[in-house]
Amino acid sequence: MIFRVILLALVCLPISAYSSSVKVHERTFKNGLKVLVKEDHRSPVVVSQIWYKVGSSYEPGGITGISHMLEHMMFKGTKKYPAGEFSRIVAENGGNENAFTGRDYTAYFQTMEKSRLEVSFELEADRMRNIQLDATELKKELEVVTEERRMRTDDKPRSKTQEYFMAMAFSNSPYKNPVIGWPSDIANYQVDDLQAWYELWYAPNNATLVIVGDVKADDVFVLAEKYFAGIKTSDIKPVKPQTEIEQHGVRKTTIKLAAKLPYILMGYKVPVLNTIEDESEAYALEVLAGILDGGSSARLASKLVRGQQIAVSAGAGYSMMSRLPEMFMLDATPAEGKTVFDLEYALKQQVYDIQRELVSEQELQRVKAQVLASAVYERDSNFYQAMQVGMLETVGIGWEKVDEYVEKVNQITAEQVRAVARKYLVEEKLNIAYLEPQPLNQKKLVRKVAGGRHAH
Amino acid sequence: MHIRFIALILVVFSHSVFSAAKIETWQTSQGSPVFYVETKGLPMVDIRVVFDAGSARDGYQHGIAALTSALLDTGADEWSADDIAQRLESVGARLGSGVSKDTAWVSLRSLTEEKLLNKALQTMQAILTKPSFNEADFQREKGRTLAGLKHREESPGALANIEFLKVLYKDHPYAHPSSGVVETVTGFAVADLQNFYKQFYVANNARVVIVGDIDRQHAEKIAQSLIAGLAAGEKPESIAAVPVPEKGVTKHIQFPSTQTHVLAGLVGMHRKDKDYLSLYVGNHILGGSGLVSQLFGEVREKRGLAYSAYSYFSPLLRKGPFTMGLQTRNDQTSQAVEVMQNTLKAFVEKGPTETALLAAKKNITGGFAMRFDTNSKLISYVSMIGFYQLPLDYLDTFQQRVDAVTVESIKDAFKRRVQPEFINTITVGGE
Repeated sequence: MIFRVILLALVCLPISAYSSSVKVHERTFKNGLKVLVKEDHRSPVVVSQIWYKVGSSYEPGGITGISHMLEHMMFKGTKKYPAGEFSRIVAENGGNENAFTGRDYTAYFQTMEKSRLEVSFELEADRMRNIQLDATELKKELEVVTEERRMRTDDKPRSKTQEYFMAMAFSNSPYKNPVIGWPSDIANYQVDDLQAWYELWYAPNNATLVIVGDVKADDVFVLAEKYFAGIKTSDIKPVKPQTEIEQHGVRKTTIKLAAKLPYILMGYKVPVLNTIEDESEAYALEVLAGILDGGSSARLASKLVRGQQIAVSAGAGYSMMSRLPEMFMLDATPAEGKTVFDLEYALKQQVYDIQRELVSEQELQRVKAQVLASAVYERDSNFYQAMQVGMLETVGIGWEKVDEYVEKVNQITAEQVRAVARKYLVEEKLNIAYLEPQPLNQKKLVRKVAGGRHAH
Repeated sequence: MHIRFIALILVVFSHSVFSAAKIETWQTSQGSPVFYVETKGLPMVDIRVVFDAGSARDGYQHGIAALTSALLDTGADEWSADDIAQRLESVGARLGSGVSKDTAWVSLRSLTEEKLLNKALQTMQAILTKPSFNEADFQREKGRTLAGLKHREESPGALANIEFLKVLYKDHPYAHPSSGVVETVTGFAVADLQNFYKQFYVANNARVVIVGDIDRQHAEKIAQSLIAGLAAGEKPESIAAVPVPEKGVTKHIQFPSTQTHVLAGLVGMHRKDKDYLSLYVGNHILGGSGLVSQLFGEVREKRGLAYSAYSYFSPLLRKGPFTMGLQTRNDQTSQAVEVMQNTLKAFVEKGPTETALLAAKKNITGGFAMRFDTNSKLISYVSMIGFYQLPLDYLDTFQQRVDAVTVESIKDAFKRRVQPEFINTITVGGE
């Protein structure tokens, strides 16, 4: 049970395919708010998401994680709807709601029966400008976020390894920082910091409203206009580029933590759709990820987990839709008797194979068939459709790319896959983290405290 | 603006006229029940074959149901694991399999285009009816399971869960973790899996569920051919009832983590429990409604003690657990546990207020359509209805039955079923 989710979209996302034979209706209000509507009449429900162009990659040192902290504080009330009212009203209207923060976005959503969309608009429009930040509430919520960090990262050896890995791999890109923030930064947020961050980024001209469901686009525009069009525009300054410096040579780190299983994480610095000169290269990298890890017939599963049996699990992933350059990730857990160094060698062999020889037509067709099928399956979920549109728009790629995805993937050839493997998956740009398990030390002591209740 | 908003809320109380899914049912020629819902709009279909072959059927071989399920797609008929994966993935199909306490299932999601679907179905049929259970595949999957069990020992939350069920269920088949434990899994031989398969993956123990853009006639054909190759077999005897709970215990397991994971609860209710709705709606108020539940309010919103705090009933064939949970910094564990206990105690003593009950009903009935607004969610519901033999109009009458719950019925049910002195509390963490 996780509320107010953080999307730590860092490692091994499977190929994400975007589909849409369904039209996206677009309107931009005078105050800069962009509204995107997709009609899906299969069920009498609607999802409403508002996406702000701000996330951990916008944060300067000292206040890392503040976007996520602000996301929590967005539930703490406005003058009109004091703390707790927002959630109470959504719940009473049968709605589900939550929010999530990533590196490049902060988003809030409600899913409701279709007639209640107005409830969501009224509340969301109100908190775009009017939250009341209070020192006592902040103090409490700081504790909550610290507990969240303990749960997500501090007590999870692999999550912690991933955190150290990112901090090592990136020199000056803000992607080096965790979405949830570094502990000492979290401990020292002040109300003023949050107020400033809120005023800096929460404005209609820095937001996208995405609606998917059993609605008519024109009605949605009218309703949205009523609640959002009157909100004043802000002067939004472009975020500094913080372009990652070139990497010249492999970087390795060993993380020693109390754990039971070793683990290896490898990442090659690669461009993304936003930053790449030749767009087809990004799609070729997506296909490459699918060749290695697009299911049980993909190479890592069939060759490393089954064939050689040196891994109990192995994965690869590339996410082309982030705002800034990313890594092409590989990760694996060794089988009994094998080491992370065996895996490093084996994973590199898989990369070399693709650099040397063209992938087979059968493999290529398999990836394309999966992408095509996924494009249909994804439409089963309004929420997923809204996510795609909102994310692409917010990271600066533009929602229109949703429609191109299947076709662009379909055009990729075996030669292009080999070419991007040769160009980007090179040792100079490689980063590796090894998790070296340390004994958990304390013996499992089961202690019966009392026959009845906990002493207090 | 404010006034208009209130008016809007008043308007939406009336239930939507949207009717739930129309479930059709029949039997295959071997007598396996089929449950089917036609959904239009997307050229895809979801199929699930469900067996009464979950971890409750493990006997003393804890983890055998899970490993048997994991072996199914590693070889079948003349095909190897690679062949199977390629056949499915080359048509964009997705195969899944797994176990719960009560069930084992094999699922398929496929496009409905005939050639693609047929290839996927043929493959699924082989997996269900002619799995190979090769020694080499078995050894590898066993190794992977053992690695998974080892990995589990890194997680204080997982350890708490295991201990919690052990305390609640003692020798009952619900007591052990579905994936087993190192001691049992190490001793498995491939023949054990074959025996398990032979006993439980049989027509008399199977149900087929189909949801998607497929007409009835086609669905009948699919269900028939999919499991025609299963031996008739026998329906297994029902698993034993859960013993009556005793006075609750408190246990702590030392673990080098920064947080302590707390699980508290007792043996709860079963799927057809006469108190089902009162307990369900009551729990919704207590800890089941996310950001607005009482536990969330007391533990997180008022005191900042945890990131998540919740409670839920897991109704099973027999009485499943009632669980309350949170995770908190080690040094404030006793405070958090106390808040949790007091919240429960107050709820059991006083019951919810009329206002809270009304709000919960509005949430449940107002959001009713969202429970099955995707094929994925719908097939889960239909599978549940099919497996637990709930009435086919279960979804249609759900809102009415929720509306019939009263403050008194909740109070009464909780007083009888969730007595605070019967609550077991497990903590795993540092000191």
